[in-house]
Amino acid sequence: MSDIASRVKAIIVDKLGVDENEVVPEASFTNDLGADSLDTVELIMEFEKEFDIQIPDDQAENISTVGQAISYIEEAK
Amino acid sequence: MQLKRVVVTGLGALTPIGNTIEAYWEGLKTGKSGAAPITYFDTEKFKTKFACELKGYNPQDFFDRKEARKLDRFAQYALVSSDEAIADSGLDLNAVDKFRVGVVWGAGIGGLETFQNEVIGYAEGDGTPRFNPFFIPKMIADIAPGNISIKHGFMGPNYTTVSACASSANAMIDALNYIRLGHCDVVVTGGSEAAVTIAGMGGFNAMHALSTRNESPETASRPFDATRDGFVLGEGAGALILEEYEHAVARGAKIYAEVCGGGLSSDAYHMTAPHPDGIGVVRVMQNCLENAGLKPEDVDAINTHGTSTPLGDVAELKAISQVFGAHAEKININSTKSMTGHLLGAAGAVEAIASILAMQHNLVPPTINHSTIDENIDPTLNLTLNKAQAREVNVAMSNTFGFGGHNACVLFKKLN
Repeated sequence: MSDIASRVKAIIVDKLGVDENEVVPEASFTNDLGADSLDTVELIMEFEKEFDIQIPDDQAENISTVGQAISYIEEAK
Repeated sequence: MQLKRVVVTGLGALTPIGNTIEAYWEGLKTGKSGAAPITYFDTEKFKTKFACELKGYNPQDFFDRKEARKLDRFAQYALVSSDEAIADSGLDLNAVDKFRVGVVWGAGIGGLETFQNEVIGYAEGDGTPRFNPFFIPKMIADIAPGNISIKHGFMGPNYTTVSACASSANAMIDALNYIRLGHCDVVVTGGSEAAVTIAGMGGFNAMHALSTRNESPETASRPFDATRDGFVLGEGAGALILEEYEHAVARGAKIYAEVCGGGLSSDAYHMTAPHPDGIGVVRVMQNCLENAGLKPEDVDAINTHGTSTPLGDVAELKAISQVFGAHAEKININSTKSMTGHLLGAAGAVEAIASILAMQHNLVPPTINHSTIDENIDPTLNLTLNKAQAREVNVAMSNTFGFGGHNACVLFKKLN
């Protein structure tokens, strides 16, 4: 697993209080990992802070799974 | 219309001298002080370095990590104490009409620590506003009853009363009236506060409101003592289940006491100073007696607001003498803030609970830390100094007054 993927996973585990094994690429934040709309906003903000990037709102809307988050950040870095 | 009768059927407490009702009562009757050096932050540069923090409270005992992160401590305390009260009431949550169960809570400030930390985070950044999406919903004072209703599905009236240190007394009186008027069968009421923070201590210190007796925190809260020098900030929560009398009887509930009246008034005088003649305080006790249909001679015990400030304590006792006349010296007057410190918006609830427990046990908790007589206080008054006093308590009054000049008073009566 790439460094980015493991850091993304760690943030999700921490913020959503889920088990690491549940954080698979296809897992949806809201449908599979129990996030509500505010949790999702918080996750995006944590990704921005951790990776020192800006994720505009219109692009944040397209990040709804673990895999989408990892690919977005890999491209943005 | 005939008003319904209202009784107390459940209690919960999370206080600096005990984290359950049982532990709280043990602390009250033995005269335990909850004051100690502050552990939450570095107090090196603070004038006051102590407070009445909760002891041994661990959020992980009550909430999973994700839940706890979304709850300011004042909301956590509300959930913990109301859970204890609901369990104590024996209410079958599947049997009650949840549209007729309200939650009316009191908080003087709300999520002060959340507000403080979010603003510090912003100030330390580059000016980009990166506020947490939970900042506002964690901080707002009404989120405590909101969370209680979400947890249990209570769909009756739901809000927080904000009147500084009178907040939870206002909440109890609103709860009483909803049931009296037939709007609710049950109301979860009480109050919580968690202001032992950098902003809370710094702000109250700036007002010269807090005791600075850093060499002896446990004796700093000394209501009615000539050497009192301000209040000691406390934190925690108190919860009460108020229930319509017939509703409680029909389910065979244990009944602690009847809530027989509430009094409300305002000083209309100064933002923080009490009125020198105590006009509002006299009026609130008179209002309360009238509302309860009781005479001054009926009252056996008064848990005063008694914060241990130079002006407030004397003004309140003068008002008691004025309202109760010759009967004043037969009343057991006390201030449980000598033990718990001042829980601000939670004070009205935790002190009302102390009054109810005093009735239940026929034992009036003491005003601890008294050593020097204040010449300005009428020596014929029984201030229940230093040791609990056993006596029959059939009617108990609880006073609370808040910055802004808000006065609230509640009367409880033993059910015979």
